[in-house]
Amino acid sequence: MALFVTVACALIGNYLVLRRISLVGDAISHSVLPGIAIAFIMTGSRTGTPMFIGALVAGVAATVFIEILHSRSRLKQDAAIGITFSTLFAIGVILISIHGAHTDLDLDCVLFGKMDFLPVKEPVFLGLPGVAVTMGALAFCVGLLIILFYKELLVSSFDPALAASMGIHPRLVHYLLMSVLSVVVVGAFTSVGAILVIAMLILPAATSCLLSERLWVMMLLSLLHAFLSSLAGVHLAVALQVPTAPACVVAGTGLFVIAWIASPRQGLISLWLRNPDPEGAMEA
Amino acid sequence: MNARSITPVLLFWLVLCVDAEAARIGEITENDPWEQVRRFFTLADPGLRLGLAGALLFGAACGLLGSFIVVRKMALIGDAISHAVLPGVALGFLWSMDKDPLAILVGATAAGLMGSLVVELIQRTTKIKQDAALGIVLASFFAVGLCMMRMIQNTGAASRITGLKSYLFGDVAVLNRQDVVTITGVVVVTIFMVILLYRPLLTIGFDREFARSTGLPVRWFDCLFQLFLAFSIVVALQAVGVVLVSALLITPAATAYLLVNRMHHMLWVAAVIGMFSALLGVFCSFLGSNLPTGPFMVLGASSLFLLAYLFAPRHGRFTRWMSYRARRRNVSNENMLKSIYRMIEKGIAGQDGRVGVSMDLLAGERQVTMAELVGDLRRLRTLGAVDFVDGEGQVVLTESGFKQARRVVRNHRLWELYLTNEADYASNHVHDDAEKIEHFLSEEKVAEIERQLDFPEVDPHGQPIPGRDRA
Repeated sequence: MALFVTVACALIGNYLVLRRISLVGDAISHSVLPGIAIAFIMTGSRTGTPMFIGALVAGVAATVFIEILHSRSRLKQDAAIGITFSTLFAIGVILISIHGAHTDLDLDCVLFGKMDFLPVKEPVFLGLPGVAVTMGALAFCVGLLIILFYKELLVSSFDPALAASMGIHPRLVHYLLMSVLSVVVVGAFTSVGAILVIAMLILPAATSCLLSERLWVMMLLSLLHAFLSSLAGVHLAVALQVPTAPACVVAGTGLFVIAWIASPRQGLISLWLRNPDPEGAMEA
Repeated sequence: MNARSITPVLLFWLVLCVDAEAARIGEITENDPWEQVRRFFTLADPGLRLGLAGALLFGAACGLLGSFIVVRKMALIGDAISHAVLPGVALGFLWSMDKDPLAILVGATAAGLMGSLVVELIQRTTKIKQDAALGIVLASFFAVGLCMMRMIQNTGAASRITGLKSYLFGDVAVLNRQDVVTITGVVVVTIFMVILLYRPLLTIGFDREFARSTGLPVRWFDCLFQLFLAFSIVVALQAVGVVLVSALLITPAATAYLLVNRMHHMLWVAAVIGMFSALLGVFCSFLGSNLPTGPFMVLGASSLFLLAYLFAPRHGRFTRWMSYRARRRNVSNENMLKSIYRMIEKGIAGQDGRVGVSMDLLAGERQVTMAELVGDLRRLRTLGAVDFVDGEGQVVLTESGFKQARRVVRNHRLWELYLTNEADYASNHVHDDAEKIEHFLSEEKVAEIERQLDFPEVDPHGQPIPGRDRA
């Protein structure tokens, strides 16, 4: 389960880091809250489909708002992200505290996720619970999409102008990427919670970006990172008796720190070996 | 300067004169909304006075600090810091094994400061960009904090950790008098810091390299600023919660950024907007029973932002749309006058413009339908530029309309000549450019061009350039 979540997030996270919009993931994960709340209020059920749709709509709406705010005013993207997600999140919290107070829609669960509370009652498929199957399918689809549209994503991430001249629509690619991101975030959301999703998105990509300069190597490395961190995370969770999701993130952070210090070409050690004067290295 | 420091002092005084047995907002039970409104505005409840004073104060402080982070394009640092404080909160709790505010405050501030330093370190030593660095710090610190919290709970201290939940969502109602006094202290110090260090902060905010070259200790100022930021965030956390504190930093400052252009105005406006949204938040959560304060504050700030986004005098969407429409209408009016003028010039009508131009011919020239033409002409008539000749399907230029038309044609032809003579354009390429610029040339510019071209008589196409208005 942890593996599927981290793999799906890691794959798409690469593009976020490359496009310097990592925090959009954070924004989406917070913004889905009102969508979930509205879906819950309208249908009264806590089951998958309505919530998923609500969350998806809210997530995509958030990316559209961010885009509008920062392309149509003098605000920079960071401020646009901050305003959008906090507003949507506030709406969500208010909706839940007005309507959900007497029900079992728990803010704790929404925010921090319950990977270890996998519902046992759900239909079981090949020995795996339903949520895990969904997430696995999601990871597979994301992988497939990325393989299919590898060139388009690559070109439009690095050089939107070139992409446009090649007949790829950069805006279209952007919104498609954002919708896929919303799906992944919403899928990961129930298991890891709103805040930790961002770690699953960024950490693998950031780590592998320290180790490699080619996109496909980066993607493979980020998969490896996802695999290792979920493995180590689950063990850590059992050993320390803490929830799985934060434990995975802690493990992932550990891997990142190792890469940061010991990366062959960009690590702190090699930086220091090349230039033993730390002040100079930092200023450079 | 004076008024700026008076406000917090007044609020501080308000806090001090609150009676000791202050009730908390949450404990007030009152169902009639009007009664509630009255009580709100008369500040009848000591608990309300506390909460309101606290909220107003950090609304102001967040506005001030937020202005700097918004212009430095690091708006989301507040988000990162507010999440990064969690391990500090847990450590502070561990250290005292109780919800001792001082230990938690120190721990949280230290963790927040460390978080922002790590963000900088990652950015400086790797090729990872700011956004990813923020995300990494945010999530990893938060995860560590969550694990530590759970481990604390596992040791059996769970019963005493309940107050920690307000760190996540925030509630002004949980503020007690000691908290508000702490907030006041922090805010007063912050405001004084911003006033005292305004120059260096401004310089660093806009041009780091320049600041460094003038010998300012940029690093130290960064650290100092981040210390204050972390401190304010930690203090604000109790009232608005982890997630929304960044909104209070960004949104008022961004609103101010849309409204004004100078930094010291921005600080002012942001502080006022921060206070106003805090007021709105406290008011809304006071009206409804048991509603969280933080989200309402954020919604207040966001609605103010939306207003500014749409109606800001210079940068508002709606304002800009209106002025765009006015400009386009003006261009189309002037083009119509120009067409009439040129038809008069071609000899289709009499030279002085008194004799009418056939509307059929005009519609053909402008390539519009009769209905559209009549609509446009009606608009021009209300402006007093044209008049209809009754019963003949003709239109004449009035005195002022004629002058306006001649000015546009004159601009057009002078510009064409300028482009061919001075900028070496081919004479068959100058029309389109002149077509655009004719509406926007100022009197002085035209006079200057005319002087430079030595008062020409004809344009590159051999058509006469109308003389200057003798008005």
